[in-house]
Amino acid sequence: MNEPSTAVDFATRIELPKLEKSFFVGRALSSSLLTIGVWVAAILASVPLFSVLYMLIVRGGARLNLELFTELPPAGFELGGGIGNAIVGTLVMVGIATLISVPVGILAGVYLADLGPDTKVASAARFLAKTLTGLPSILAGVFIYAAVVLAMGGYSAIAGGIALAVTMLPTVVLTAEEAMKMVPQKMKDAAYGMGCTRTQVIWKIVLPTGLPGILTGVMLAVAGAAGNSAPLLFTALFSNYWLHSLREPTASLSILIYNFSGMPFDNQIELAWAASLVLVLIVLVFSILSRIIGRPKV
Amino acid sequence: MNATAEAMAIPTAVNAVPTTAAMPASIAIDCKLDKVFYGDFLAVRDSHVPIEKGKITGFIGPSGCGKSTVLRCLNRMNDLIKIFRFQGHVHFHGQDVYARNVDPVILRRYIGMVFQQPNPFTMSIFDNVAFGLRLNRFKGNLQEQVEKSLRRAALWDEVKDKLNNSGLSLSGGQQQRLCIARAIATEPSILLMDEPCSALDPVATRRIEELMIELKAKYTIALVTHNMQQAMRVADKTAFFGVDISKGGRTGYLVEMGDTQQIFENPKEDLTKKYIRGEFS
Repeated sequence: MNEPSTAVDFATRIELPKLEKSFFVGRALSSSLLTIGVWVAAILASVPLFSVLYMLIVRGGARLNLELFTELPPAGFELGGGIGNAIVGTLVMVGIATLISVPVGILAGVYLADLGPDTKVASAARFLAKTLTGLPSILAGVFIYAAVVLAMGGYSAIAGGIALAVTMLPTVVLTAEEAMKMVPQKMKDAAYGMGCTRTQVIWKIVLPTGLPGILTGVMLAVAGAAGNSAPLLFTALFSNYWLHSLREPTASLSILIYNFSGMPFDNQIELAWAASLVLVLIVLVFSILSRIIGRPKV
Repeated sequence: MNATAEAMAIPTAVNAVPTTAAMPASIAIDCKLDKVFYGDFLAVRDSHVPIEKGKITGFIGPSGCGKSTVLRCLNRMNDLIKIFRFQGHVHFHGQDVYARNVDPVILRRYIGMVFQQPNPFTMSIFDNVAFGLRLNRFKGNLQEQVEKSLRRAALWDEVKDKLNNSGLSLSGGQQQRLCIARAIATEPSILLMDEPCSALDPVATRRIEELMIELKAKYTIALVTHNMQQAMRVADKTAFFGVDISKGGRTGYLVEMGDTQQIFENPKEDLTKKYIRGEFS
C-alpha cells in the first residue's frame, strides 16, 4: 500500500493554483467597488424617504390625539381644532374613486390580458392608459370640472371622487393586465382541459391567481389618489364643516395640508403636519390590509 | 356506482350523427384526420388513429411529428388556437365531436387531460382535486370523491395529512400525480396524457407508468410519449408518426399503427424500423 505516498507525489509534482481571495486584482477589485457603489446608492435613495418620515413623526406626532380626529379645522386665530372632516372627506372621495376605477380597471385588464390582447381596441387602450399615467393630475381636475361640476351645478364629493378615479384608472388597468398576464398559460390550459368555459377560467383561475398583483396595483392607485390635491382643487374644493351630502363641497386632507401649510399661524401649520402624518398612516393601513387580503390562501 | 358515474356517464348516442362506417363497439374515439392546419401550415395529414376502449394507446414519433396536435384534436383543445382548422372527423362513441351543436366545454368534461408540465392550480391540494367536481356541481360526498381520486392516483398516503397545503408545495412527480387525480376525479371516460413524464425523474416516471396500467381498467388512455421504452412498457397499441419534409414544411403523418409488440418487434414500415433502432429521432 503506497497510495498515500503517490498522492503526495502527485500534489508536489503539479503546481497547485492559488485559491485565496485577493482584493486588489482586476475583477475582484471592480466587484468590490461596484458592491460599495450599490450600497451607497441604496443609502442615498433611502435618506429622503426616512427623513420625510422622521419629520412627519416629530412635527406631526405632537398633535396626534383624539381631538385631531373629532374636531373641525380652526379658523384664523383660534387654537386647537382638528381635521376630522378632512379625514372623512378623503376617505369618502377615495372610496368613490375606488368603487369606480377598480371594477372598470380590472375588467379592462381582463380584456387586455385575456380576451383580446392582440386586437386594435386593446393596443389603442393600452397606449391611452400609458399616456394617461403621465397625465398631469390637474388636467383630470379641469376635465371633471367641465364634465361634472358644471353639469351638476357645483363642487361636490362626487365630482372629487370621479376626478380621483380618472387618475387611478390607468394604474389599475395596466397593473391588472400585467398581473393577469403572469398567470401561466399551462394553468389556463388545465382549466380549459377540465371543461371550464372562458368565463370560468377567468373567474376561477386567472383573477384569483393574479389577485396579489392586482391588489398591489390598486393600492398604488389608492395611495396616489389619497395624496393627490390637484384633481380636487376644481372638483371638491374644500369645506370647513362636516360632510352632510355627497353633493356639497368637501374637505380633504391633501387640500387641507395645502391650505394650512401656507398660513401664518403656528396652530394651522402644526395641523398641516399632523394631517400629513395621518395621510401617510391611512395609506400604510390600506397597504397592510391589502397585503393580508391578497395573501395566497394556501 | 355513485352520483358522479351517473352524472358523467357517457352520453347516449341517441341523437348522435350516425357514423359512416360501422365502427366496432370497442372503439372509444375514432379519429380520422385528413388534414390539420395552423393557418396555412399543414401540421398533420392522413392520420387515422382509432383509440380502443380500456386500452392504452401510445403515440410515438420524432419531434414535430404532430403527436400532440393529434391528441389535442380529440378533446378540441386546439379550438383555443384561432388559426386551427382541420378536415376529417373525430367520433366519440359514435358522436361527431366537431359537429356544430357540440359544446367543446361539455366534451372536455368527458375527455380529461394531463399535460406535459405539471400544472396544479394555486389552491390547496384538496381544492385542486375538487375543482372539476365543483365545476360540475357534484352532488355526492366531496371528501370521499377527493380521497378516492387521490388514492387512485397513488398520492393519498403522501398528502392525506396536508390536504390544505398548496398544490404547488409538492414535488414535481407529486404535482403530476395531483394533476392526474384532478383529471380522474370527475370520472371522465377517456384520459389524454401529453408526455406526462417528460418533466419527471425516473422514480416518479415509474410510479406514473404503474398508475397508467392500473387506470386502464377503468379509463381509456391516449398517451403521447417521447420515450420509446415507455410506450413499450405501458401501451397496448402504438401509433408511430413520422415527419414529411418533402413539401417544404414539416408535416406529421401516421406511418403505422398496431399492437405495441408488433410495432416494436416486427414493424411493417422501414421508417418505423429505423426509428426504433434509434437511427434518427
